[in-house]
Amino acid sequence: MGRRTILPFGPQHPVLPEPIHLDLILEDEVVVEAVPSIGYIHRGLEKLVEKKDFQEYVHVAERICGICSFMHGMGYCMAVERTMGVKVPERAEFLRTVWAELSRVHSHLMWLGLLADALGFESLFMHCWRLREYVLDIFDMTTGGRVIFSVCKLGGVRKDISRETMMKILDTFDKIEGGIKEITRVFTADASVSHRLTGLGALTGEDARSLGAVGPMARASGVGEDARAAGYAAYPYVKFGVQTDTAGDCMARVKVRTGEIFEAIGIIRQCAELMPDGPTDTKVTGFPSGEAFARLEQPRGEVLYYVKGGGTKFLERFRVRTPTFANLAALLEMLKGVELADVPALVLTIDPCISCTER
Amino acid sequence: MKYAKKSPWILHYDGSSCNGCDIEVLACLNPLFDIERFGAINTGNPKHADILLITGAINEQNISVVKQLYEQMPNPKAVVAVGVCAATGGIFKDCYNMIGGVGEAIPVDVYVPGCASRPEAIIDGVVKALDKIK
Repeated sequence: MGRRTILPFGPQHPVLPEPIHLDLILEDEVVVEAVPSIGYIHRGLEKLVEKKDFQEYVHVAERICGICSFMHGMGYCMAVERTMGVKVPERAEFLRTVWAELSRVHSHLMWLGLLADALGFESLFMHCWRLREYVLDIFDMTTGGRVIFSVCKLGGVRKDISRETMMKILDTFDKIEGGIKEITRVFTADASVSHRLTGLGALTGEDARSLGAVGPMARASGVGEDARAAGYAAYPYVKFGVQTDTAGDCMARVKVRTGEIFEAIGIIRQCAELMPDGPTDTKVTGFPSGEAFARLEQPRGEVLYYVKGGGTKFLERFRVRTPTFANLAALLEMLKGVELADVPALVLTIDPCISCTER
Repeated sequence: MKYAKKSPWILHYDGSSCNGCDIEVLACLNPLFDIERFGAINTGNPKHADILLITGAINEQNISVVKQLYEQMPNPKAVVAVGVCAATGGIFKDCYNMIGGVGEAIPVDVYVPGCASRPEAIIDGVVKALDKIK
């Protein structure tokens, strides 16, 4: 047995865009245990529902996390709409699906870039982020914002996407799909990337289930769960495959996520075809009362919203269970027995979103 | 054409932001905005940094981290607060764990507006901060 050292990792660390602190207990160069301490981004926004009007709170919900901002707003709206019995118009459901899938494409491209950066592959990082800019341009064109666009509201959406704009979006994807295929090829076939990722941090399907992993993490270990398949918004109308892999290592997670980018583009294409005409929102009157859950699939995995209203304009309770929180337990388990040099890549493959986790 | 007097090295720290401004700070590095053409590099080491870019507000847990990072940076140095949260606490101002803007912890030289701040605005803020570290 070697000498034990404790190495602090974070809260400010070059590989982490967000602060999380891990105490890595090392035996020589190998991690034996990782002890997390969190709270650097804790704001306490769940309690803010008691001070902010439930309609106004959509904006706060969108700022739980700036990466999957749209989906947070959408999840909150879905939960509140359920307590109030609001039926969202079909066109709004399709528009929500389009923006949600665009968010997935942008989030996965961003993550691929960050992973490349963590591996020291700068040019690949640049390529991923260059392609991501096209998606942000679509957001800019359709909503006016690049990352946070406050387009979801209770009872529908604030903006419409015209047929011409939709065609432009599809043209953009025709243009960048080749580029995404190219980076996928680099990630899966390049010897240096494969050397860093293959076999690293393998998680068995059984472990993934018992540790409660969600999203691409669980799917890479062969647990084929996807909240979209349960059917919300316009997902029952479109066809898509649930991407899974069996290896459970970092490379499998890359493959699952790149596969999901193409699935998401496929969903957007189908939505463009199937989108019915009609209103994009419905009037919401009254106050929420009672409890409701909403469950949806974010880029990082399944997220759960709970709201409880008491018939006033302030909700009584709001709770989010975010995907990174669910995946942290699996990460701590995977870190055991990993070389210190592999820790950054492994931490990144869960696609950590600390501001979701700590809220 | 005017030349910048210095090629600043930038240290980015996420206070308690929602990630929106963070990814826009990182977007400054991508080929479209390419802040590296000014010689600016995103460094992870406070001892190498000239400009501290902080996104998000100050809370009970991170105030000591922010102060420490600022103290570790050599003089001359500048602080750029990115986004409304970094200016005042923004939308999270009334949350129980919030202290307020970055100004509560360390002196700020440039405030960049926006929620989320756009990369153009962030680059502009960095260029303005260059005047402070002549």
